[in-house]
Amino acid sequence: METLLPKDEKDLQEVFAAALANEEPVDVVGQGSKSALGRPMIAQRRIDSQAMTGVSLFEPAELVLTAGAGTPLREIVNLLDQQGQQLAFEPIDYGPLLGREPQSGTIGGLAATNASGPRRIKAGAARDHLLGFKAVSGRGDVFKSGGRVMKNVTGYDLSKLMTGSYGTLAVLTEVTFKVLPKAETEETLLFTGLEDAAAVAVMTEASGLPHELSSLAHLPAASAAALPDGLPMGASLTALRLEGPAVSVAKRKDDVIAHFKAAAGEPEALQGLASERFWAALRDVVPLARQDAQVWRLSTAPTEGAAVVEAIRAAEVPVTGWFYDWAGGLVWLAVETAPHAHAAAIRAAVETVGGHATLIRADDDVRGVTPVFHPQPAALAALTARIKNSFDPAHILNRGRMRDDF
Amino acid sequence: MSLTMPKPEEAILANRARLIERLRQILPHDNVIDEERELRAYECDALTMYRQLPLVVALPETVPQVSEIMALAKEMNVKVVPRGAGTSLSGGSLPLGDGILLAMGKFNKVLEVDYANRCARVQPGVANLAISKAVEHKGFYYAPDPSSQIACSIGGNVGENAGGVHCLKYGLTTNNILGLEVVLFGGEVVQLGGKHLDSEAYDLMGLMTGSEGLLAVITEVTVRILQKPQTARGLLLGFPTVDNGADCVAAIIAQGIIPGGLEMMDKMAIIAADDFQACGYPRDCESLVICELDGTASEVDHLIDVVSEIARGQGATYIKASDSEEERLQFWAGRKNAFPAVGAIGPDYLCMDGTIPRGQLSRVLKGMQEMSAKHGLRVANVFHAGDGNLHPLILYDANKPGDIEKAEAFGADILKLCVEVGGVLTGEHGVGVEKRDLMHTMFSEVDLETQQRVKCAFDPEHRLNPGKVFPTLNRCAELGMMHVHGGRLPFPDIPRF
Repeated sequence: METLLPKDEKDLQEVFAAALANEEPVDVVGQGSKSALGRPMIAQRRIDSQAMTGVSLFEPAELVLTAGAGTPLREIVNLLDQQGQQLAFEPIDYGPLLGREPQSGTIGGLAATNASGPRRIKAGAARDHLLGFKAVSGRGDVFKSGGRVMKNVTGYDLSKLMTGSYGTLAVLTEVTFKVLPKAETEETLLFTGLEDAAAVAVMTEASGLPHELSSLAHLPAASAAALPDGLPMGASLTALRLEGPAVSVAKRKDDVIAHFKAAAGEPEALQGLASERFWAALRDVVPLARQDAQVWRLSTAPTEGAAVVEAIRAAEVPVTGWFYDWAGGLVWLAVETAPHAHAAAIRAAVETVGGHATLIRADDDVRGVTPVFHPQPAALAALTARIKNSFDPAHILNRGRMRDDF
Repeated sequence: MSLTMPKPEEAILANRARLIERLRQILPHDNVIDEERELRAYECDALTMYRQLPLVVALPETVPQVSEIMALAKEMNVKVVPRGAGTSLSGGSLPLGDGILLAMGKFNKVLEVDYANRCARVQPGVANLAISKAVEHKGFYYAPDPSSQIACSIGGNVGENAGGVHCLKYGLTTNNILGLEVVLFGGEVVQLGGKHLDSEAYDLMGLMTGSEGLLAVITEVTVRILQKPQTARGLLLGFPTVDNGADCVAAIIAQGIIPGGLEMMDKMAIIAADDFQACGYPRDCESLVICELDGTASEVDHLIDVVSEIARGQGATYIKASDSEEERLQFWAGRKNAFPAVGAIGPDYLCMDGTIPRGQLSRVLKGMQEMSAKHGLRVANVFHAGDGNLHPLILYDANKPGDIEKAEAFGADILKLCVEVGGVLTGEHGVGVEKRDLMHTMFSEVDLETQQRVKCAFDPEHRLNPGKVFPTLNRCAELGMMHVHGGRLPFPDIPRF
């Protein structure tokens, strides 16, 4: 396969003109860190975004950063770090899970996959932080949407369409993100030994308290045992994260401990760096990454997560590991490898309560025959296809990545 | 008025009696309004300078009724304009003479509050503030708080992606909803999202939010509800110049503090607000910053000290922290009533809504003073300072010939300046009809065509709220055509770049 390195929108237009004239699809990658996500693609040529790099605007006091879509995420994280700022949505690093180099990937790839992390429940996902972009559509049109300001309803919010579209609508060339100050301090309280249902009850109650917990997760003992060295392991762990000014974290910590003393016992506390390492491991699905298994990502209402796992196991799906993030609403689930990845039983369980299941890790041949993204009802699927066609009528962009019909 | 709307279609007007008859087969007799006397109540929204009697008003009460009306509209090729509480400041629900005005006011129920999952399912006609009222006994609230929150509906909030004074920290409507039920033109009912996070494919819920009623009719919204912060305190900070105030706002954020609210008013707005309702504002200051800090009591007390110190460093001549909940609310009362307060000295005002990079504030305010002299009209400014959203209120007298036109021209000049300095035409009020003809100052023809193709994916005949947002109505068939330029890549000299 040929790889092209366009350096601007004009180069991309030329590539697309050829692709359209020859009816040959192209696929789009940055550093390739997420190329194993989605369905395997059918393309003769590859567009590599790595020539479209560089931070063109960073104004810490205005909380805004603009960069070429191919800019390495690591570079942006370092730049923000120097100013005590961050991408608050805590984007997942798929490296450990997909067997790629850790901490790779580009800012454009992060937008295209709507990346997020444990702080999603409080701070949102990439969708909530992308303020604007420039792109070239599958029609070869250079267009922009949004801007560099936080409040903007001028025209449709196409930033939302681009985040999570996996490069099937347009190739992003430049993105503008809202950035935020890092919390002065963080601390994590770990309750041990709770069963799933009891842990969900604790997380549900905790997230209904005014203590502004920024992340809530539960790892059954087997998943906790797979945490990296230096982190507590053994018994099941129910984790609550507090972030903010030190004076506030200390007060809220005391309140949370007092509140749950009777129901969940005395928690262990992880401070500063240890807390950061714990949540980074959960963000990157480290507890399941080493397993020789297929991995699913389930999103449901927080109170339903444990029930969904229960239903999947009751349906005799060979589940080999799981844990909960987002106060129970995000389930990472590992299952024994099978050609269909147990999709029917897993999706049936999710659909009973509402939500969606995405097949994140499986071999190409499995992802080629099992829908990776949750199938949609007919009217919604048809509408989605019409939107795809409005941007890319000839289906030249990442053909097959999201659905077999485009 | 200088506004041009699409010419009413004779075929639709000629079929009015038949349409009303068919609507009455779907709805109870009284839910179809066709007499001029009653139609008058619907002739405008909160942008009162533009008025138009609708062809007919339909007041559905159930989702199947909405679906049937949308199917009927498709069958009879009739336009539809959705309307919530009619508080749009951009004419988003301005009726069409050849369109059904679909008034969603009877969708006024909170369907379910799910405290365990921290969300509520509500019908689109429920008022914004009513959601917070429904959950406050458990310590919860719905975060986006537009100043019109007592009246504006959540369906309209979604349509306009409404903001408010607390959205710097807590986000806009788009960041605070989890699910939508919408009815497409033609009658299909589609569920987007639910009680879970993120979409399984394209984020159509995000796309719908802020789409100004052009894509589908909203029939249900699932909103996130949050626990109220334990404590909130307000700070009034007065400055001898506008620049001092703007610098103070920048300095607060540069220090890593994201306040719950961070607002600014200029002198004319300060005095108008304080005259309207005494709220203790420092009347001798050129700019006033209202900063609200929330969290635990110790955190808030700590931040009050930090922010006061920053303000002193930026030359504040007046610093007052609230010592009670009453006082905090009093600080906000002036700001929240700023529009009617300015209206009281008006007699009329036109509210603009540009957003600018905050660093450009001083340049934009100076520009406005020059424009004020040029157009011979006064302007007062209230400003969501934290996020750069500016609300210049242009004072005019509708009874004075030529004043409306002057106000419109002044407003257009302000918005052009906002775009010139890197900002946008509208931060939270929407484009509607008001800013429609300025879209080219911000977008290229290709940008607008790209957006219109999205519209075509939902509504290929431009039947849903046409004449809003886009300055020209391009036919979807023409927009869909591909013009392939260039053609073959010259081989074999690839890679070329």
